[in-house]
Amino acid sequence: MIDMSVRIGSLTLANPVMPASGTFAEGMAQVFDLNALGALVTKTITAELRTGNPLPRVAEVPGGMLNAIGIPSKGVPYFLTKILPLYRDCRAPLFVSISAPTAEGFAELAAAVSVPGVTGIEANISCPNIEEDGRAFAQRAGATEAAIRLIKAATHLPVWAKLSPNVGDVAEIARAAEEAGADALVVSNTILAMAIDLENFRPKLGNTMGGLSGPAIKPIVLRQVYQCARAVKIPVIGCGGIATAHDAAEFMVAGAAAVQVGTASFINSRTMLEVIDGLAQFCAQRGFARVAELTGAIRLEADHAQTAEMETVA
Amino acid sequence: MTYAALPATPSVADERGIVLHNEKVNAEYRHLVVGTSALAATAKPGQFFQLACPQPPGETPYLRRPMSVYGADPKAHTVSFLYKVAGAGTRGLAMLRQGDRCGLMGPLGHGFWLDQAWRNIVVLGRGVGLATLGPLAGMAQKAGVGVTAILSARSPALVMSEEVFREAGAHVIAVTDSEGTADPANVDRLMRGLIADGLCAAMFTCGSSRLLKLLQKLARAHDLPGQVALEQQMACGLGMCFCCVRDFIVDGQTEHRRVCWDGPVFDLREAVA
Ligand SMILES: Cc1cc2nc3c(=O)[nH]c(=O)nc-3n(C[C@H](O)[C@H](O)[C@H](O)COP(=O)(O)OP(=O)(O)OC[C@H]3O[C@@H](n4cnc5c(N)ncnc54)[C@H](O)[C@@H]3O)c2cc1C
Ligand SMILES: Cc1cc2nc3c(=O)[nH]c(=O)nc-3n(C[C@H](O)[C@H](O)[C@H](O)COP(=O)(O)O)c2cc1C
Repeated sequence: MIDMSVRIGSLTLANPVMPASGTFAEGMAQVFDLNALGALVTKTITAELRTGNPLPRVAEVPGGMLNAIGIPSKGVPYFLTKILPLYRDCRAPLFVSISAPTAEGFAELAAAVSVPGVTGIEANISCPNIEEDGRAFAQRAGATEAAIRLIKAATHLPVWAKLSPNVGDVAEIARAAEEAGADALVVSNTILAMAIDLENFRPKLGNTMGGLSGPAIKPIVLRQVYQCARAVKIPVIGCGGIATAHDAAEFMVAGAAAVQVGTASFINSRTMLEVIDGLAQFCAQRGFARVAELTGAIRLEADHAQTAEMETVA
Repeated sequence: MTYAALPATPSVADERGIVLHNEKVNAEYRHLVVGTSALAATAKPGQFFQLACPQPPGETPYLRRPMSVYGADPKAHTVSFLYKVAGAGTRGLAMLRQGDRCGLMGPLGHGFWLDQAWRNIVVLGRGVGLATLGPLAGMAQKAGVGVTAILSARSPALVMSEEVFREAGAHVIAVTDSEGTADPANVDRLMRGLIADGLCAAMFTCGSSRLLKLLQKLARAHDLPGQVALEQQMACGLGMCFCCVRDFIVDGQTEHRRVCWDGPVFDLREAVA
């Protein structure tokens, strides 16, 4: 038997596999028992009522999809009375993904959802910050630090900071989140992208631009997970294009302590179960007694890593 | 619609079925029959599946495609679909050969429902919507409900589900563009006749927003209930991603509902055509 448990800060998860925010809801329980998962992560909620973006909200591209859903939200009372109770019998720890237009808004929302039944908070800081000209919090070290610091002060629960891949130096943002007290990082959200329909010259998304996800982004996010894991001491949770156990293993070897699966669940809703089983098999085949041993097991020639990074930038 | 608790046992299969049949029925439509698990074969009229599409040369359909249940046999463990070859995904489906594996997830969503008080109903559909409405024929027959089916299409060769409705004892009226009988004025006249004759305790539709609007007017004027099966581009099929929302007017307020999760069958009057 492989020990599939992993530690994320003070928390122990039964296994390292969980859904990515926005690609999971109670509907998945129609297909399988959610207790099989290491953790659950809700769709991002906001305190404001939001209807979301105009349609079409998704478009296909080779190797993945674009989405611009726009975080429709029915607010906090709806979440607390209608969504949260659904998971009360679930053993898998529940993380609530939150977003807000200001750092104070993040803190207030974090406090509002710090209730029994919620294990922790995932701060989706990839959303526009209205105090910084609409730039995403996660695109600025200062804004990231301010938001995470206020959230940490507002809740006793573990806080995961979900970073944006749309930055030049992701390690700098990772360090800012760590300094502000984040308990873990989720790397990362979708890559800003677009597509045009040449039949009518219209953008394929109602919102013109959207986020690229799926297998197409895996190598990019894998690189960012590697960079973040080297930059911080807190655990990094890898998220981007994971569709198989080998994808997940790659993320762990690059430094991730756990992984999130998003788009792949749309193609096969049992993907997370297959990743869990496949990781156990992989460990058995390769002689690892604990899946956690994969984390950061990447082999590099001494000092080769740093020069490699410099050479690719040059 | 939300549920008070998570389901104790799975109600949706996500599996690889085996293709038993995938043949052309006319110039545009194909009939696909898939051998499935017992769970998948419990599908009810109006429910749907998400079908994984093979990649046609040079094309990369990525998301699964929603298809209504055209038939489900819980004894033989089969589910069938009637689909129109429209784009990359359905071109991929058309490549499936007998014996191939076919990824599918379902049954999904809420199907049609029948009220015991309804003696006679009218089913009005057009084009590919007739695939969705087809299984309603057998469901009504079992429930002892009389059916008049007005089946609309561009030409007589494209009228789908006619046999299905006839075999289930429905009175079938086919209307087509090529014969000049499918125009809204004629359909409206037919509907008013059926309502006047007491043959329309409820109305069911799918496949045309023009017909939906027409029925909504009649339903309001005569205070009749109805159901509509709606379509929208989907990604997850399980109510998780919020890409398939449509507008509904409920008590004078516009609200979004997810076609995959809250539908695909909705109250006729609340839908926005
Ligand atoms: C609940 C439901 C039941 C359906 N039942 C049937 C059926 O029984 N028979 C049948 O022939 N068709 C049915 N459809 C429509 C069918 O899903 C589309 O024709 C199909 O997705 C087109 O895919 P494509 O790749 O061939 O076309 P493309 O035009 O290349 O598709 C591009 C994208 O748009 C989406 N899309 C295009 N048209 C539709 C549409 N009408 N509805 C939803 N998404 C669409 C596709 O899924 C894909 O994501 C149903 C749709 C829904 C939502
Ligand atoms: C339809 C859709 C909706 C999403 N909604 C959210 C969201 O509400 N909050 C969030 O933090 N990330 C959201 N994401 C991003 C995912 O959580 C994930 O970071 C991203 O898709 C990359 O992982 P993947 O390639 O495995 O999908 C969404 C992604 C998709 C495809």
